[in-house]
Amino acid sequence: MNHFALSLLDVRCSFATPGGQDEYTAIKNVSFDLEVGEFVSIVGPTGCGKSTILNVAAGLLYPSSGSVQVLGENLRSINRHAGYMFQGNTLMPWRSAKENIMLGLEYHDIAKEERASIANEWLRKVGLQGFGDRYPHQLSGGMQKRIALAQTLALDPKIILMDEPFSALDVQTRQLMENELLQLCKTSSSQAGKSVLFITHDLDEAIAMSDRVIVMSAGPASHPIGDFKIDLPKPRDVAEIKSNPKFHEYYSHIWDVLRSEVMKSYSLQMRPVDHV
Amino acid sequence: MYKKFVFSRSRVITWQVLILLLILMSWQLFSRSNHVAFFIGEPLIVFSRLVHWLVIDQDVYRHLGITLLETGLAFSMGTITGTMCGLFLGLSPTFSAIFDPYLKALNSMPRVILAPIFAVWFGLGIWSKVALAITLVFFVVFFNVYQGVKEVSPSILANAKMLGATQRQLVRTVYLPSATSWVFSSLHTSIGLAFVGAVVGEYLGSAAGVGYLILQAEGSFDINTVIAGIILLTICALLLDAIVGFIENKLMVWRPQSSSENKL
Repeated sequence: MNHFALSLLDVRCSFATPGGQDEYTAIKNVSFDLEVGEFVSIVGPTGCGKSTILNVAAGLLYPSSGSVQVLGENLRSINRHAGYMFQGNTLMPWRSAKENIMLGLEYHDIAKEERASIANEWLRKVGLQGFGDRYPHQLSGGMQKRIALAQTLALDPKIILMDEPFSALDVQTRQLMENELLQLCKTSSSQAGKSVLFITHDLDEAIAMSDRVIVMSAGPASHPIGDFKIDLPKPRDVAEIKSNPKFHEYYSHIWDVLRSEVMKSYSLQMRPVDHV
Repeated sequence: MYKKFVFSRSRVITWQVLILLLILMSWQLFSRSNHVAFFIGEPLIVFSRLVHWLVIDQDVYRHLGITLLETGLAFSMGTITGTMCGLFLGLSPTFSAIFDPYLKALNSMPRVILAPIFAVWFGLGIWSKVALAITLVFFVVFFNVYQGVKEVSPSILANAKMLGATQRQLVRTVYLPSATSWVFSSLHTSIGLAFVGAVVGEYLGSAAGVGYLILQAEGSFDINTVIAGIILLTICALLLDAIVGFIENKLMVWRPQSSSENKL
């Protein structure tokens, strides 16, 4: 029996608005599947509930209705098969880089020597050997992101959830990290490769890295309005792939769908009242 | 625009010493009149009092030792109980909601006034002073830890949960270390308060301690000894604060130093 790595079925998330009795519906009618080994990006205008989808997939947030399945099983608590790379800074400032990488291994009661050897291995993979003893504040933003990536991947999760992980980085570092991520996902120990759900507001990034791009409508009650298969050669280099003529075809095609939603969300934000 | 005067370190020290000398000299000058000296004491006599205490008679160490013992006991017990209660209530919204009014009441009560009650409960030995000082220390640490637990970075917390932390592991690896930095910011205040509690406790009724010495001297209008006692206490308070600072620097190496560290 072949399962999807992750499937969302008619998921809706509503929150009580601060103060009032009203409900704010962030996402509604969200259904999609992530195949094993597939790299799917979700793009959409700001405030379209992209992070909400990821939190639901991670099990950090319970959907108001609908269901989530992970590898064929209903998700009831924290998604144990998933690693989550957050947008913000999640490294513990009181732990050195290496201790941060070992954090998840420590939670899983892996023996001390093994923890250390796995952490060293990952320091090498993300190109930071020799930086293991540094504290996060002694590392640059790009290095911190690498450590966070190593921390997430050290547990060898089957599914990786990423919430604009590289949005705070400069363009060069970002391309480097994107290539590294593609590389690391491909060469993981599990034969099938990682299934990645990647959230970004950057269409370039989405097309360059993904097998599939899902476009969300503007919020509230946003839902997928487009699902595009990206049939570009692999393995890819995110900088080179952008000169591929098919890349531009995809770009203009997806942008046509995305643009109207971006305009909608923009006009919504410009409205002075009833936007709380 | 103003031109900013930036003093070099040696110049700052020079000025500090000059100001001290100025104060001492005018003090000496004013105390030449016997009427005035009765109220403000005489620096030379104060100094000789200190020398007698510390060097010649060496009889102050017993009192100082007791005061410091009370301070140390109150400081450690207050810090530990404050941290534990802060963690517990910070992690349990139900209990913190229930205890909230009581904690507020206890905190706003002028707790120094509890000293007579503690004297009745624990006698005139060191424990009544320790108890008084604990009530001062506890709340400073408690509220800091409580706040620290409430303000743990939500993304670090979510990240730890995703990495598979159990509730117990969360306490050990997230709440406790981030509360520690809050504890340390409160330790400078609380070591001072532990000292205040000990001395005030002695002052209100005791048979030993620096507070007791001061009380005795005051009873015989010996203002010089009172001032000598105050100076001794000030020096001790500064030393205690320096010790806390030293330990803090040792334990908190992970904290960004404001200027010396350079980012890569």
